[in-house]
Amino acid sequence: MKIQEKRGRGFKGSELDRWSRLVKRKKKIKHARELVRISFATMIAGCFAVLFLMPIILTITNSFMSASEISANYGQVFATTDTGGKVYISEKVNLKFIPDMVSFSQYITVLLKSPEYLFKFWNSVILVVPIVAFQLLVAMGAAYGFTRYRGRIKEIIFFIYIILMLMPYQVTLVPNYLVADWLHTLNTNWAIWLPGIFSPFAVYLLTKYMRRIPVSVMEAAQIDGAGEWQIFRKICMPLCKGAMCSVAILIFIDYWNMVEQPLILLTDQEKHPLSVFLSKINSGEIGLAFAVATIYMVPPILVFLYGEDYLVEGITYQGGIKG
Amino acid sequence: MHFPKSRKKEKNLQFVKENKKRSGSNRRTRKGKLISIGYLFPSAAGVLLFFVLPFLIVIYYSVVDNPISNQFVFLDNYVMVFQNAAFQQAARNTLMFSLVAVPLAVVLSLFLAMMLESRIPFKSQFRTFFLSPMMVPIASIVLIWQVLFHYNGMVNEVLGVFHIDKIDWLNSNYAQVVIVILFLWKNLGYNMILFMAALSSIPKDILEVAVLESATPFQIFWHIKLRYMSSTILFVTIMSLINSFKVFREIYLLKGEYPYDTMYMLQHFMNNTFSRLDYQKMSAAAIMMAIVMVIIIGILFLTENYFGKDVEG
Repeated sequence: MKIQEKRGRGFKGSELDRWSRLVKRKKKIKHARELVRISFATMIAGCFAVLFLMPIILTITNSFMSASEISANYGQVFATTDTGGKVYISEKVNLKFIPDMVSFSQYITVLLKSPEYLFKFWNSVILVVPIVAFQLLVAMGAAYGFTRYRGRIKEIIFFIYIILMLMPYQVTLVPNYLVADWLHTLNTNWAIWLPGIFSPFAVYLLTKYMRRIPVSVMEAAQIDGAGEWQIFRKICMPLCKGAMCSVAILIFIDYWNMVEQPLILLTDQEKHPLSVFLSKINSGEIGLAFAVATIYMVPPILVFLYGEDYLVEGITYQGGIKG
Repeated sequence: MHFPKSRKKEKNLQFVKENKKRSGSNRRTRKGKLISIGYLFPSAAGVLLFFVLPFLIVIYYSVVDNPISNQFVFLDNYVMVFQNAAFQQAARNTLMFSLVAVPLAVVLSLFLAMMLESRIPFKSQFRTFFLSPMMVPIASIVLIWQVLFHYNGMVNEVLGVFHIDKIDWLNSNYAQVVIVILFLWKNLGYNMILFMAALSSIPKDILEVAVLESATPFQIFWHIKLRYMSSTILFVTIMSLINSFKVFREIYLLKGEYPYDTMYMLQHFMNNTFSRLDYQKMSAAAIMMAIVMVIIIGILFLTENYFGKDVEG
């Protein structure tokens, strides 16, 4: 470029000068075009972001409405959904982004006056936490087993795990129901805990991760006299810390969200987690619904904000892109 | 998932194995092998007890007439389920839904990923925003969807601005549109992350060469990026397919056990059979689902193997 400019100065008005000016202009156009493209992309991304966030934000803001404000605005929505009939009232449903008056009455009622919601929330916790903890524990062992001394039989077993992981609930719930029936655990938390703990999902993910640890590291440890337990405890566990976080988050989201399993395996409605119970809130208590929904959203959102990078990494490993 | 990429790794493995053979398969390796099986045991036993064995029993149930007399009837249960009007309706709806929602999910999330890959500002914020629906429990969000898609709700109001007649979203043939939107809302972020990872793992030198050879952006996208992402596209398709079978959850929370006809999915059929405890029907339906799933996954793998062979990952 510098040489060109020098030459251009030398041959003023020459062909070369014109050419270099043309290149400069072209670059400018290209730059402007790039700018337009980026701002356009940003705009579209912004639109998508608004669409993605709106339902969440609306739920949170609406939870600060008082019960009467909600029934005034949305009363007819929830009156018709119960019966399923079509009621055509010309009245509008006023969707409000910001409540007329910010009130915490919903929260106060939910948290202090009606313990049943907290009870259901506790049901959710008691169902999900043991599954996350023990599935991780079992899966860490299994992943180690799959990683060390790989052979044909282990590969076949691993393939069965993958197939099982891909099966939809419609398929796996029938076997789960049968087992729960034999073990007489139907309608107890065990019916959900046991299949959850042995679910192949975490095994798959952790194995994929652990297999990326170079074999030579483990062999070096072995030569230095480390036993299997020490290799597991001192090498694999620390190296897989991040993966364990990712897996824990993914399991947590999945089970916090569960609907199918409790519906089929827990016939007693008292034992249902909040995720099922929320859909059964009758129109009389609709004022509370948004507050309950927001409270139910809080744990996963906190987990998300804390561990977004882990989550992203976990998803990436699931796709086997890095593996 | 087994991707053809792992060929190189397998070679490594063989090398390691040979090494071991040379040093002699002494007692210590054998002991280690046994211990490693011990680590695997709890999980394998659990999977065997809770998934594999009962599944075999389910197969058995599906070919006998009832659990008490155990008369072998071969395919009668399957025929019975297949002729069931509710099952047909459910299968048709599920198929329709998957056919629409899965391609949309793949294409739209690829679009989002490409957009975030181009140099736009606030990239990480956008990623957070797009991913957040994945975290939020559906149960919490269903209320607002009911408000949005109500006959007098906001969506109709917005459409009213463009002079489009009001649509009773949840109680008409448009119900499936709502479910597709809800599905996309929930799953796009997840797919997008997968695509973003795949895009960033494309070797940079190849892209640079393509630019030097004056390839148009479209050519780069079509001949290089898509080629390199074929295994990811396969994975995203499978995951979306599986997630599309899970959409029962959304519908159940929106409309309960007996929703509008076009929202009646296979899981509804299963649930309603569960409540009648009709083991035979249930088992036959589950087995059919499993076979269909295996076939779909098999086809996807075969196509991936066919198209993705020439890309050395």
